Amino acid sequence: MTHTVLVTGVSRHIGARVASALAADPGIGRVIGVDTVPPSSLTRDGGALLGRTEFVRIDLRTPDIAQVISAEDVDTVVHMSLVSEPAKSRSAMMEHNVIGTMQLLAACQRSAMVRRVVVRSTTAVYGSSPHAPAVFTEDTEPVDVPHSGYAKDAIEIEGYVRGFARRRSDVVTSTLRFANLMGPRVDSPLTRYFSQPALPTVFGFDPRLQFVHEDDVVEVMCRMAVEDRPGVFNVSGDGVLLLSQCVRRAGRTALPVPSPAFGVLGMLARTTGLVDFSPEQLALMSHGRVVDTTRLAATLAWKPKFTTAAAFDDFLQSRGMGADRTAALVDWLSGLATRR
Amino acid sequence: MSEISASETPSEEGARIIPISAARGTPPPGPSDATGPAGSVDERLAELLALLRRRIAGDYEVDEFGFDPELNDKVLLELIRPLYRHWFRVETLGVDNVPAETGALVVANHSGTLPVDALMMQVALHDEAHRAVRLLGADLVYQLPVLGHLSRKTGHTLASREDADRLLRKGELVGVFPEGFKGVGKPFSERYKLQRFGRGGFVTSAVRAGTPIVPCAIVGAEEIYPKIGDFSTLARLLGLPYLPITPFFPWLGPLGLIPLPSKWLIEFGEPIRTDQFDPEDADDPMLVFNLTDQVREAIQQQLDALRLRRGPAFPPFF
Repeated sequence: MTHTVLVTGVSRHIGARVASALAADPGIGRVIGVDTVPPSSLTRDGGALLGRTEFVRIDLRTPDIAQVISAEDVDTVVHMSLVSEPAKSRSAMMEHNVIGTMQLLAACQRSAMVRRVVVRSTTAVYGSSPHAPAVFTEDTEPVDVPHSGYAKDAIEIEGYVRGFARRRSDVVTSTLRFANLMGPRVDSPLTRYFSQPALPTVFGFDPRLQFVHEDDVVEVMCRMAVEDRPGVFNVSGDGVLLLSQCVRRAGRTALPVPSPAFGVLGMLARTTGLVDFSPEQLALMSHGRVVDTTRLAATLAWKPKFTTAAAFDDFLQSRGMGADRTAALVDWLSGLATRR
Repeated sequence: MSEISASETPSEEGARIIPISAARGTPPPGPSDATGPAGSVDERLAELLALLRRRIAGDYEVDEFGFDPELNDKVLLELIRPLYRHWFRVETLGVDNVPAETGALVVANHSGTLPVDALMMQVALHDEAHRAVRLLGADLVYQLPVLGHLSRKTGHTLASREDADRLLRKGELVGVFPEGFKGVGKPFSERYKLQRFGRGGFVTSAVRAGTPIVPCAIVGAEEIYPKIGDFSTLARLLGLPYLPITPFFPWLGPLGLIPLPSKWLIEFGEPIRTDQFDPEDADDPMLVFNLTDQVREAIQQQLDALRLRRGPAFPPFF
């Protein structure tokens, strides 16, 4: 059987990597990549190579996507186009995320060829709250539903995906809720946060964080694109890192700020365009979030290769960050002590 | 990675010679250690530096609930142990009733205005039963700065069905105080009278997991901050369940926060088995009510007997 896979969001790093990995699979006939802007590999060096991916430039918010899907006999749709921060404005981001997904799903619903739809979502849909259980499973009812930003978009997207799955029960629909992405080339509010020399933290809180390595994201998406695994799955590296632990591993200094000031600081940082700190980010930085990944492991008989800690270390290594200096200081002290 | 392990070896060598058990269960380090061989001071220092290195480099593990066993054993419990040993002179009985390895649910009475009893039970289970107890706390704790994350690091988590089930499934020893704020914040006049046991959520969790329920009675916590009044309006404004008035608080300011040195006894009673029930029986309200009552009765009886056994709260005076 010859597959024709459509990948959205190929101009962004992770979408491009998924497209090129699918293109490298001999079992897949054609890979069509779509996005609103041309992929970075075409415009400048260093981007992931798309391989034999055919790129089509379309605005996802328009019905053009339906023409591509029907004209090219697409049977698998991999929806990676979920942006986590406003490039221009919040409303543009919402349109890109939500309207884009609605157009895509509308096109899939009309198509007789589409057999499989894989959607990238985020664990941010669970929110972060002191009232919520410590570990979220896929079936956990969110206690404090996020009301803004990226997380709200993801909740709405998942709602449309559920609706689509109900109307087209013959199509295998998989939704993947990824923890925060981490890796050498991931560019997200969180990776930019950790790259700063001093890290503002919320005073008196030490959230539990989880990361998933970009390599594992690519592998999960590719597996889901060729196997029938309907349902919702949490995807995260094993284990947990506390924010304080991350700061120490990065060899950075924490700058505890009272929670209201943290919000103001976040807004200031947002206006400078340096980092984006939305209200959900503040909640995450206070209460953290951990998900259960047993469903994914049981369904795929596979686990992410990078644990949360390994993914973070890989990120640090690629940026030349680490706790070497502080550790060397302690070693020097212990050298003095044992020599005495 | 190889760099780190290479530089770690000198400190590891120092740490290897020290018997781990020696550091455990013994009273906090004091002058008595000076009688040991002169080398032991260096070894202790090396061990301390190795610990410091791990902490500074972030090279330690926490579980999914945020439990940090190293910080808990080496720092947090060390800080509260003097209270356990010297201030309240806690005696722990019936340790054999606590399963050595398998999951169980410890259900205890709650009292004392501030939840000091939870911490003392934690030390008792750590030092006498050698188990890390995973206490289930009110969500108020997790909203507050500092308290919330310290509570997670010491192994506690939110009192929710999901967390309780998860911990019991993992074979952990879970501790609950079903009276909640009604128990810990009750007036001094009602001391040693068990309050209502919530909705019996702890029983459903135990039945679902098939783990035994260990009733636990704590005598002594009632006298540490005798609550004789309540600033209820101010408490409501601050979003707190109560704001106590004791003979010393708020009159003496921060000094009023020093707990009175009552004599404590903690007893773990005979476990109540739940494995004869089907996990589906957890949805049977009648069974849950009956089991809840049975546990409540057991704790009340234990409390009464233990109180008699202790005698005066502040021996040898009254």
